[in-house]
Amino acid sequence: MNIHEYQGKEILRKYGVTVPNGKVAFTVEEAVEAAKELGTEVCVVKAQIHAGGRGKAGGVKVAKNLDEVRTYASEILGKTLVTHQTGPEGKEVKRLLIEEGCDIKKEYYVGLVLDRSTSRVVLMGSEEGGTEIEEVAANTPEKIFKEEIDPVLGLMPFQARRLAFNINIPKELINQAVKFMTGLYNAYIDKDCSIAEINPLVVTGDGKVMALDAKLNFDSNALYRQKDVLEYRDLEEEDPKEIEASKYDLSYIALDGNIGCMVNGAGLAMATMDIVKHYGGEPANFLDVGGGATAEKVTEAFKIILSDPHVKGIFVNIFGGIMKCDVIAEGVVEAAKQVGLTIPLVVRLEGTNVDLGKKILSESGLDITAAESMADGAQKIVSLVK
Amino acid sequence: MNVSVFINKDTLVLVQGITGGTARFHTKQMLEYGTKIVGGTSPGKGGQEVEGVPVFNTVREAVEATGANASVIYVPAPFAADSIIEAVDAELDLVICITEHIPVLDMVKVKRYMEGKKTRLVGPNCPGVITADECKIGIMPGYIHKKGHVGVVSRSGTLTYEAVHQLTQAGIGQTTAVGIGGDPVNGTNFIDVLKAFNEDPETYAVIMIGEIGGTAEEEAAKWVQANMTKPVVGFIGGRTAPPGKRMGHAGAIISGGKGTADEKIRVMNECGIKVAETPAVMGETLIEVLKEKGLYEKCKTH
Repeated sequence: MNIHEYQGKEILRKYGVTVPNGKVAFTVEEAVEAAKELGTEVCVVKAQIHAGGRGKAGGVKVAKNLDEVRTYASEILGKTLVTHQTGPEGKEVKRLLIEEGCDIKKEYYVGLVLDRSTSRVVLMGSEEGGTEIEEVAANTPEKIFKEEIDPVLGLMPFQARRLAFNINIPKELINQAVKFMTGLYNAYIDKDCSIAEINPLVVTGDGKVMALDAKLNFDSNALYRQKDVLEYRDLEEEDPKEIEASKYDLSYIALDGNIGCMVNGAGLAMATMDIVKHYGGEPANFLDVGGGATAEKVTEAFKIILSDPHVKGIFVNIFGGIMKCDVIAEGVVEAAKQVGLTIPLVVRLEGTNVDLGKKILSESGLDITAAESMADGAQKIVSLVK
Repeated sequence: MNVSVFINKDTLVLVQGITGGTARFHTKQMLEYGTKIVGGTSPGKGGQEVEGVPVFNTVREAVEATGANASVIYVPAPFAADSIIEAVDAELDLVICITEHIPVLDMVKVKRYMEGKKTRLVGPNCPGVITADECKIGIMPGYIHKKGHVGVVSRSGTLTYEAVHQLTQAGIGQTTAVGIGGDPVNGTNFIDVLKAFNEDPETYAVIMIGEIGGTAEEEAAKWVQANMTKPVVGFIGGRTAPPGKRMGHAGAIISGGKGTADEKIRVMNECGIKVAETPAVMGETLIEVLKEKGLYEKCKTH
């Protein structure tokens, strides 16, 4: 789960990580009011969307007085920002962060992430603040320093110190940097983060080590024990179809194509998208109905697929293992009747009780194209939507 | 002890969380397959029976009473890490964790605890392990498996079933199928399983099924090139997956341009692993390679 920058900074502040003073604003008036309250000479108007690259897209402006705050706030609020992370359709700005300006001496990068090959959390740092870490890794990998963290010990002071020295934080600020990184690590662990990225971390003219930006992502499997994090969820930043799917414990991801896919199992669901593409079609979604799909779940899955106006046909690909094909077939028939299906439907069933399942489909009186295999099904749906 | 990968007909299995609905169902299925389920655990329900299997309060107690050397975990995600550690503490040889949605930082702790311990963990978020006609531990449909000479290792449950089904349909039996699970932190990785297949005299060839996210497939491919004496073919799911999105499995995500299917396929090809073009031809791709290597007749079991 993602949250906004201002929310991330709220969390970090509680862990002793220094962040600039700031306030969230939903309207231009609130933005001006927030700037007044901050009372600083310069303040920054920052678009709050769940995507990086806001600065380059014109979503971050430095205002030298209240009039400029008003101008920038009205300009950015309601604007659709297109960044390399939003996709071509962009994201509409509905919230602003009004933050005090600060005198930046130098920018750095500090981040925490899970390293899958060692199964440890790793602290990463670089002198190349403001640049994306992937870019630094590709161009100047020698400028990235890492500290692998033992989960029993946590981040040790010497590790934070070593990283701070390695990325050339001024030596009089090393202790502040250690406190900063320790706070960041504690927040990461306490809140079940999957990413905690500070880019840039800045050293200021008045001798502070500060998080100028903050990106926190959370492990969705741990949200059951992170009620306060869950309250930061901004549903407007998420695809409504994905929200609907999550209510029924369906794993759904919207894509750009026109062939709706309904599959059991995440691996097979991905592979089904791939085979549709292989035969010249474009998948409209990833959808895993899971191992215990019931008629009700299948019906909801159909409704969600069909709520995407681009969908011109549906491919159901099921390998019934423990889940029996006849149960799935009944679910498909029931769902197709309920939603009054008018577009082509291709069903490939394999596994337990497959013959019974096929019989249910063919005797349903519905216009369902049966597929003999996954490849056959993919080819059939591709030709039917052409 | 019989030769085979991880489990065989002599494996004595405990079911952790045996009184839950899913666990009950699969306990029955495993018993029907012939798996030696000797006990189960469910705190506070010691003394009861499930499908004729005695229930104990703790794993230690169950091991002492039954001599079990393996366990399978169906405990809900919030309590699963504790269950894994309990099984490791009781010094079982093998723990298979079916549970999905375990918080990843719980698994980081589990992995740390397991360092230097004798127990092998398979999973979490996996379908389990099956040695055809001998022992099934997990949730896979047993009947699609036929005894033979091909090993299967996969991050995905349903794709494992696909591969096994394709092989069985084509008359190619299997030794063991191992689901290593779809999580970013897991107990057993591709290389662990490939090593076991390499050392298993009954296994003549291997299908390795990966997906987007992480670099486990690349690392495994390099290991295969350097060490494997048997042919390996592969498949990678998620060629069409968009970056930055978690595709159902917690570990299936392309982040920062890393973990793409194309990169995995490129490295696998470079290391001599033929990769199936689509999931529909995993079996065919293996058979082509078996024929090239003169192993087809030896692998044809029915």
